Amino acid sequence: MIDNFKSWWKSGVPWIWLNAGAVSISLLLVLGILGMIMVKGMGHFWVSDVYEMQYEDITTPVIVGEIVDTAEIPRALFNEVEGLEKTESIDIIQRILIKRGNREQAADFQWIYAHKIKSQSNPDDLIKLERLEWGNFYGYLKNVQQSGKTVSEKKQAWAELNKRFERILELREKVENLEKDEISSVNYGINQLRLKKRKLELDKEDTPENLKLLNDEEKAFNERYQVLIKELNILRTDISRDSADFISANGTVVNIPLKMMVSILKPNEMSVFDKLGHYVLNFYNFIFDDPREANTEGGVFPAIFGTVMMVILMSILVTPFGVIAAVYLREYARQGPLIRLIRIAVNNLAGVPSIVYGVFGLGFFVYFLGGNIDQLFYAEALPAPTFGTPGLIWASLTLALLTVPVVIVSTEEGLARIPRNLREGSLALGATKIETLWRVVLPMTSPAIMTGLILAVARAAGEVAPLMLVGVVKLAPELPLDDNFPFLHMERKFMHLGFHIFDVGFQSPNVEAARPLVYATAFLLVLVIVLLNLSAIMLRNRLREKFKALDV
Amino acid sequence: MSEEVLTHAIDKSILSSSGKSLSLENEDICINVNDLKLSYGEKQALHGITMPVPRKRVTAFIGPSGCGKSTLLRCFNRMNDLVDNVSIDGEIRIDDENIYHPDVDVSALRRRVGMVFQRPNPFPKSIYENVAYGLRLQGIKQRHILDEAVELSLKGAALWNEVKDRLHESALGLSGGQQQRLVIARAIAIKPEVLLLDEPASALDPISTLKIEELIYELKSEYTIVIVTHNMQQAARVSDYTAFMYMGDLIEYGATDNLFTNPTEKQTEDYITGRYG
Repeated sequence: MIDNFKSWWKSGVPWIWLNAGAVSISLLLVLGILGMIMVKGMGHFWVSDVYEMQYEDITTPVIVGEIVDTAEIPRALFNEVEGLEKTESIDIIQRILIKRGNREQAADFQWIYAHKIKSQSNPDDLIKLERLEWGNFYGYLKNVQQSGKTVSEKKQAWAELNKRFERILELREKVENLEKDEISSVNYGINQLRLKKRKLELDKEDTPENLKLLNDEEKAFNERYQVLIKELNILRTDISRDSADFISANGTVVNIPLKMMVSILKPNEMSVFDKLGHYVLNFYNFIFDDPREANTEGGVFPAIFGTVMMVILMSILVTPFGVIAAVYLREYARQGPLIRLIRIAVNNLAGVPSIVYGVFGLGFFVYFLGGNIDQLFYAEALPAPTFGTPGLIWASLTLALLTVPVVIVSTEEGLARIPRNLREGSLALGATKIETLWRVVLPMTSPAIMTGLILAVARAAGEVAPLMLVGVVKLAPELPLDDNFPFLHMERKFMHLGFHIFDVGFQSPNVEAARPLVYATAFLLVLVIVLLNLSAIMLRNRLREKFKALDV
Repeated sequence: MSEEVLTHAIDKSILSSSGKSLSLENEDICINVNDLKLSYGEKQALHGITMPVPRKRVTAFIGPSGCGKSTLLRCFNRMNDLVDNVSIDGEIRIDDENIYHPDVDVSALRRRVGMVFQRPNPFPKSIYENVAYGLRLQGIKQRHILDEAVELSLKGAALWNEVKDRLHESALGLSGGQQQRLVIARAIAIKPEVLLLDEPASALDPISTLKIEELIYELKSEYTIVIVTHNMQQAARVSDYTAFMYMGDLIEYGATDNLFTNPTEKQTEDYITGRYG
């Protein structure tokens, strides 16, 4: 028996089991994290049924809303909360969290007790209304109005509402195009002119001829602006024409203009396929819309865009830095105690807490570099800073600094792996050292450089703390990339998925509404990092295939 | 073994020099090594080598491992410069120019003195780009010049027929022997005067070895060839002159036929008859 155990132990089988167990636990944890984020976040986009409940409570006899969550509490706690006499009972009471919407009337989330529900139903004509402000509205449609006069009510009202809502969507798109593209580019132009004028003044070149040119241009812009504003005002009155009356759960009639509506649904009437369609649509909107209502509603497109943009810019900055440093350390520097010390220092840079990089970035990049750039090149805009304030370029630079050790280390390893006889082959043909580096060594090192870059991207995309100091903000309506020259505005502040999670989760005025968004955004962040990494890995594999090392 | 070597050497001497025996005094000298001393740090690897290398002949260096034959070869194109703390004393004159003079352009020297290494080392590029590499370094970009040079070099290295249909495929797809001939083509593409071969066949199978040897035999009409080899039959088969080195000293140097049939030194005789080394 003992011998058996000994030989079993010696055979190494237990170690294999141990290793396999460790791997499985790690895998389970990863899948668990992803699964939880997905379930909690992705559930948010499903159109759930809306219930109408008769409730045993004087203040809220009727409750209309979606079931968001359920929980169980002991009766003792319930009695204490409700002011009933104390009890030692160990009964369990079920609580249900209802999303009631209608925030203008009362709190939009409410916990209710299952045993106090007298009856519940989900009538087909209950309407769920997503609005631009005040969150969702739940209720029954009473009538549809045009300029305050009722045009349709009862049964036909729903069809009429949908028809008119189509019109609103078209108008809204026009308004958005006008505001976001045309008017904003006119504003941008006017602002640039103002800066040009100021520059002329500063350079003492504000001669009448020069000024006249600018004034003419400004006049043209102003005329264009007046035309656009007129157009916009017409659209605005147009879009405000229709409204509809709704009856809410407590019986009051609420008039809601159609221009405030984002979507109108009768969830209880919808089939599973309708809901699936809306699920996809909701997810699409989440990815491609701008945020609303202090980031608790709408989409996260600017945050996705900012994250990707920053990572790409960071990659562009970090690669040359890291590669050049590694080439010097490995190929040119005389290997000695000093180089060893530098190498140790570089490796240790990777261990510095990231917030420290943020502080450095703010002090050096933003205030020193940016401030000086402003003095030299953007004096006309002062005292308003251009580069002397946190922005995309500084965030990218700070993260490039944070990740440069990874690139250096992996490039150095790649350089060390290039066989000596290949370098000699090139040198023997009359190539100089630098020619050998460019033509043979660096191309062959490119997979290793890519490996470094992949690690850098993985680290940079997940970093939030330093970004809060050097460029990320809660809401940045202007993307860093647009159709105004010079198209890429690296001085602008930007949004970031990681910071968005923090902001929505912890800075939000409406915690319950924001909770699913935290998970959904986290899921998107993981997705974005995976996609960025996958593309880098694919690129690396192609390079590897091309420059695969000699197998002799 | 020694008998086989002998018959080979005799056969070849009849073939190559048509009865006339070779002698260094009658040769046009290309490289003159003059009291060359080399040490790696404290360890001296070459103790004052003096020897002439004749033009358009094949000169073989033989000797046991660590005798300094590769080190000597790598002095001819200053490949030893790359080694840390190496110190070199003495001179090597190629066409009467001291290549260790401080004014010498090492890249230009290496263009004149090509080198083929023990293991095939094609670059991870296409066959075409491998051969064109040296020319591109010189700034030649015209397609027709490159095309012509590539074809000529590959023909010169007896590889053209095997690769002409896949010039733009990766050179790493070739067999070891083909890779080694590709490397030779790459070396002769820039038209060097001297070709240094550092055990060019030691990593190859017998058939590839034979092809390389035939190639060396053909190339000697145009290039001064210096070959380092472990394999004495190979030295006897391909070379006109042979130098035997031992422990950093040049022990014996002369026409291959003489050296193999009638060595003057005891050490040479012991080595070629296989008594040590």
